[in-house]
This record gives sequence, C-alpha cells and structure tokens, in this order.
Amino acid sequence: MPFKLRTAVLSAAVIAFAATSGSAFAQKKYDTGASDTEIKIGNIIPYSGPASAYGAIGKTEEAYFRMINDQGGINGRKINFITYDDAYSPPKAVEQVRKLVESDEVLVVFNPLGTPSNTAIQKYLNSKKIPQLFVATGATKWNDPKNFPWTMGWQPSYQSEAHIYAKWLMKEKPDAKVAILYQNDDFGKDYLKGTKDGLGAKASSMITLEESYEVSEPSIDGHIVKIKAANPDVLLIYATPKFAAQTIKKTAELGWKPLQIVTNVSISVGSVMQPAGFENGQGVLSAAYAKDGSDPQWANDPGMKKWNEFLDKYMPGADKTDSALVYGYGAAQTLAKVLQTCGDDLTRANVMKQAASLKDFVPDTLLPGVKINTSVTDFAPVSQLQMMRFKGQKWELFGEIISGDIPTD
Amino acid sequence: MSAAEEVVTEAPAVEAVPKRAMTLGYGTSLVVLAALILTPLFVKNFIIFQMTMLLIYGLAVLALNILTGGSGQFSLGQSAFYAIGAYTTAILMEHFNVNYALTLPVAGVICFAAGFLFGQPALRLSGVYLALATFALATAMPQLLKLGFFEHWTGGVQGLVVTKPDAPFGLPLSQDMWLYYFTLAITIGIYIASVNLLRSRSGRAFMAIRDNEIAASAMGVDVSLYKTLAFGVSAGITGVAGGLGAIAVQFVAPDGYTITLAISLFLGMVVGGVGWLPGSIVGSAFIIFVPNIAEGISKGLSGAVFGVLLFLVIFLVPHGARQVALIAQQLAAKLKKN
Repeated sequence: MPFKLRTAVLSAAVIAFAATSGSAFAQKKYDTGASDTEIKIGNIIPYSGPASAYGAIGKTEEAYFRMINDQGGINGRKINFITYDDAYSPPKAVEQVRKLVESDEVLVVFNPLGTPSNTAIQKYLNSKKIPQLFVATGATKWNDPKNFPWTMGWQPSYQSEAHIYAKWLMKEKPDAKVAILYQNDDFGKDYLKGTKDGLGAKASSMITLEESYEVSEPSIDGHIVKIKAANPDVLLIYATPKFAAQTIKKTAELGWKPLQIVTNVSISVGSVMQPAGFENGQGVLSAAYAKDGSDPQWANDPGMKKWNEFLDKYMPGADKTDSALVYGYGAAQTLAKVLQTCGDDLTRANVMKQAASLKDFVPDTLLPGVKINTSVTDFAPVSQLQMMRFKGQKWELFGEIISGDIPTD
Repeated sequence: MSAAEEVVTEAPAVEAVPKRAMTLGYGTSLVVLAALILTPLFVKNFIIFQMTMLLIYGLAVLALNILTGGSGQFSLGQSAFYAIGAYTTAILMEHFNVNYALTLPVAGVICFAAGFLFGQPALRLSGVYLALATFALATAMPQLLKLGFFEHWTGGVQGLVVTKPDAPFGLPLSQDMWLYYFTLAITIGIYIASVNLLRSRSGRAFMAIRDNEIAASAMGVDVSLYKTLAFGVSAGITGVAGGLGAIAVQFVAPDGYTITLAISLFLGMVVGGVGWLPGSIVGSAFIIFVPNIAEGISKGLSGAVFGVLLFLVIFLVPHGARQVALIAQQLAAKLKKN
C-alpha cells in the first residue's frame, strides 16, 4: 500500500529530524499557525447533538488557554484556541477540521473528541503532516506511531484498563465465575476484548455470560435479572454513566451481592455513585488515573486546589462534579507543557517530537504516582491506573499504580 | 420570456407549480453554471470541498424535491437511502477494489430498488403517516449498520475509511478539485434528467397524483405504480449523493447518517422551495452554512440561533428561495419597464 510506505518514510524522517535537531533551539523556526506572537491551536468537539455533554471539555480547554494568555502566554506567545462544533457527526468533523487546517491555518489539531470523528480525520491529517494531538477517545488504535506518526492519544485505552481488571481477577479470584455487561458499540467491545485478552487461556472457563445492551435502551433492569439467573460471582460493568448507575442500583434491589467492577468512564461520585445510592455502591471496584473533582479527599491536594482556583476564576458557576472539567484541564495542561518544551522551534515535526518525549510529566489532575511518559514507539501518554474501592461516600485507592501499556498490532 | 413571469401572469388555478416554473430561465442557468465551473479556480481547497458537499447535499435535496414537490409524498427517511448509497460505494471501493466512478451507478440502482420496495407498503399511507413510516426507517438505519451480521462488511461502529481518488489521465488537478468537477458533472446530468422527468408523461402523472389522487386515477394514471416509482427515483438519486458523499468525506460510519441528516434534507427542501428544483442548491447551502454562521454568533446557543434564523426564513419567505427569485424577477421587470 503506497500510503503505508509513505508514512513509514515519514516516520523515519521524523526520527532522523529528532536526532539531528538538538542544536536548532538557537534560531526561531515556524510552521503555518505559529509566529512570534501567536500559536494557533484547533479543536473539534460536539457542542450540539446527542454527545453535547462533552462540550464541557472544549469549554474547559478554552478557559485554560485564556488563563495561560493572562499569565503571559507560552514563551511569550499567546494561544489562539479555535474550537468548532462537529455535532459528533463524522462528515461534519471532516468539514470542520479542514476549515481549521486550510482556512484558519492552525499549527496542530488538539484533543478532537470521539472515535468516529477521529477515524474520519486521521488519514487526512496524517497525509498533510499535521499533528492530531492527544485525541479524546479511549480506543486502542491511536497508539500506532508506525502507521500514523502524526496521531497521538492521551487517556489510557479501554483495552489496557480491561487488562488491569483481568490481571487483578486472575490473582485475587482465580476461580471466579465472571459475567460481563457491555455496551454494544466500539467502547463496550474494546473492554470485552481487553478482558478476554487479559484472561488469556482462562477466558473461556471464567467468563460465564456476556450480555450486551444498546445505548438507546431506556432501562437496563431486564439484563440484570438475566445475568443474575446465570449466578456469576463477579460482574464486570462496561457501561456509560447512566447505565452503570442503574446496574449498581438494580443489583442491590435484587438483593444480589456479586463483586462488581465498573469502568473508569463511570466512576463519577456525583453522576454515578450518588444516583445509584451510596449504600448500594459499597465495595464496588474500579480503576482511575485522574482525581475526581467531587471527591472530598482531594480538598487539600495542591493540584486540585489549582484546579479549583482556575474554575472559580475562569469558569464561574461550572458544575465541579462533571469529570469533563478534570479531563479538559489535564489535556490542556499537557499540550501547554509540550508547546513550552518546543521553545522557539514551533514546527509541526518538533511538536510531535516533543509530544513523543514527555518524561514523568504530572498534570495537576492526575492521581499521585500516575505520570505521563511517551517515546517514539509509545504514543499512549497516560497508561497507568490504580485500582480503587468505593467506601462510604468516596473511592479509596489501593494497591500499586499498574501500567496497562499494550502495543497495537 | 422568463419562467417566473409566467407564474405571475398565468391563472393560478391551473397548477400549484407549473411545470416550466420548476427550472430557471435559460440565461440565469448559464450564469449559475459558469459560477459553479469557474469559482473553484480561485479559491482554497477547503472551499472547494465545501462546494462539493454543497452539490452533494443539493442532489439529496433535489431527490426529496422530486418526491415531495413532484408526487406530493413526504419522506423523513432520506438519510437511510443516503446511508445505503454511501455504504455501497465504500464497501465496493474498499473490499472489492471497484473503481469509484463505477460504484455510483450500483449505489443508485440498489437505492432505487430499496426505495421502490419501501414504496410498496408506504402506498397505504399518506401525509403525516407516511412521514412517520419513513421516520422509522431513518431511526432504524444507523443501528442496522452496526449489526454484528453485517459487521464484516460495514466495519460496525468503527466505519470504513475510503480512499480519495486522484485525478485521472495525469490531469494537473488536486484531488479536491477533480472530485468537485466530477460531482458537478454528475449533478448537472441528474438535474437535467430530473427536469426532463418532471416534464415527461411520468412527471405529469406524478403531479396529477400530487394535486388530486382520485382525479389522477380517473384519468387513467396507475397511482400505485407512479407513487412507488417516485419513491424509487428519489431513493436512487439520494443513493448516488450518498456515494459521492462517502468519497468526498473519505469515511462512512453509522453516526454520520442519523435522523438529523434526514431532517436537514427536509429542511433544505422547504427553504429552497418545495417543487422548485433549482432551490435545492439554495436549501443545501442553508443546511451547510447556516449552522456555521449560528456557531459563529454564539457557541453555546448555536442551536437556538439556528432556530431563530430558520424561523425568520419561514416567516418572511414561506415559499423559500423560489419566492425570493420571483420577487427579484419582478423587480428586474419593473426596472426594465421604467
């Protein structure tokens, strides 16, 4: 395939450039979108349509860069953050990204959200050699520097998280009978695959039931009754917040007490555990990489204090239980760090090079011990998680920080 | 004599939309055509891409216009046919390595068949009930595309990435520009064919059904045949538009073909003027550019701003672009007289 060959040559060129450009810092170098006074960053996110709740991420990022600009910008340059609505529609995403690149002439496309939208723009951005930096999706395919040297993920992938649960189960409950409830889309299926891969040869003997639901279903109760009938002792809940809350609640109502593990997507105390009922959620397990804005245990945490101050000043009235605000802050801070290390060499190649050489970077909002590390072969910035158990009205972390890095095939 | 003047002078009782008023005057057509051919030479690739999408949605709106404006049937299910066309093209291109140009007739034929078949049960329904039945089709389609059974071909929720074609014969055109002219040629072809269809015996049958079904059948028009035929033709053209859309966007996924698309197309038809074919392109421009303008005015309230703009259009010019064109013609005629 000519495309693959081209990108292979390209990645070789990026690496060669990386090796020789150590002394390039002395002079200023710019690509389209950067100048002595300004850096243009493009972003697409659904502000309207069915996924518009994610729009809060874009608003947080916009506010974050406003704060950076008030503090004098990055290396003296102001950030011009241009964000457009793609309504979670791939054709609209292509249109808006092309507008960002060809009309607004941005330096990088940062944190575009959603697996379908990112798949739609990936080929275009890579062929134009424009960084598609820190995409906001947990699909595993973004960590593929060989074929897509201009695309990089940010959060831990769904599959690597599922790996961690599988590993934990094999160690703690090797004889468990496991039931898996998953959402019937790429999100749920990634978790299913990760779990099966993690369990390896034991998958067929341990997994007794795989039950899927559609995101359009109003209630999940029927599925829970069905699962209970199979009588498993572990229930893996790979569901989005609304359904996760329903599952935890329904399980308790049935007087059934399996060990429950819920995906990291649905750990918000404010929007999952509280609606499910705190008493019903006792002992539920999950894993996290970021702090929860509505969790009192971080009240005196220096990082979260900065986050709180930022929200009070730049997004007054924002709902602090919304995990999108934590997410957007962390992602924006990572980009700011990359642009800072770029110094006066604001070429697209150098942005990718710096993004691929983050060492032990810790944004304010990540859990203590979770660090961002990247390299030319590792395009998965956040890949560590820590297990946690719900107790009282908050999550209690336990065990070690576990790395869930898995290579893309 | 221009078409619009005829509308003004003719007795209104004859036809709701006179056949000849379905097109632009000869001179105006040439000016629009020249603008469509020449503009891409002077603008950025991004604008060319937007113009390509304008033509593609224009085709889809035109197809709905034939159905609603021509035969008087409603459809909120055009997104389903658009999706079938897009997936046909994508699957043929990516799994079977068929040339992109050849996939379009296939998409058209498959969608024609789908539309014709759907038209059979739809015969029993009319007005809002038909609209609801087609609405069901549009809501079902994205989920059907995700079914595990089809996943091997459709790629499930992940969708399919489509390779954009280069200009053939080594023509010195960028991919975007080539695709634009390719789309333009197809659009003009379909437009001329549609105009001729509506002027033909079949077109007269469509309009007879639209105006009065009982009278039409009394005149010997096979009502059920022509109603399903209108559905088939409309679906076929929508399918070609969907195929072109897949090539232009280079990606198909269930999320791209939701009910929102069907409603947008319906909206485009109303804004362009029901039954006035040239209005399709105006309606298409409305659904592509007005959301962007609304977003430019207020990001948080883009939906509300869009609603206000839409309300203004419907309130001020209820017959859409056709009415605007008519007013412009009358003004021009007045100026000439003075």
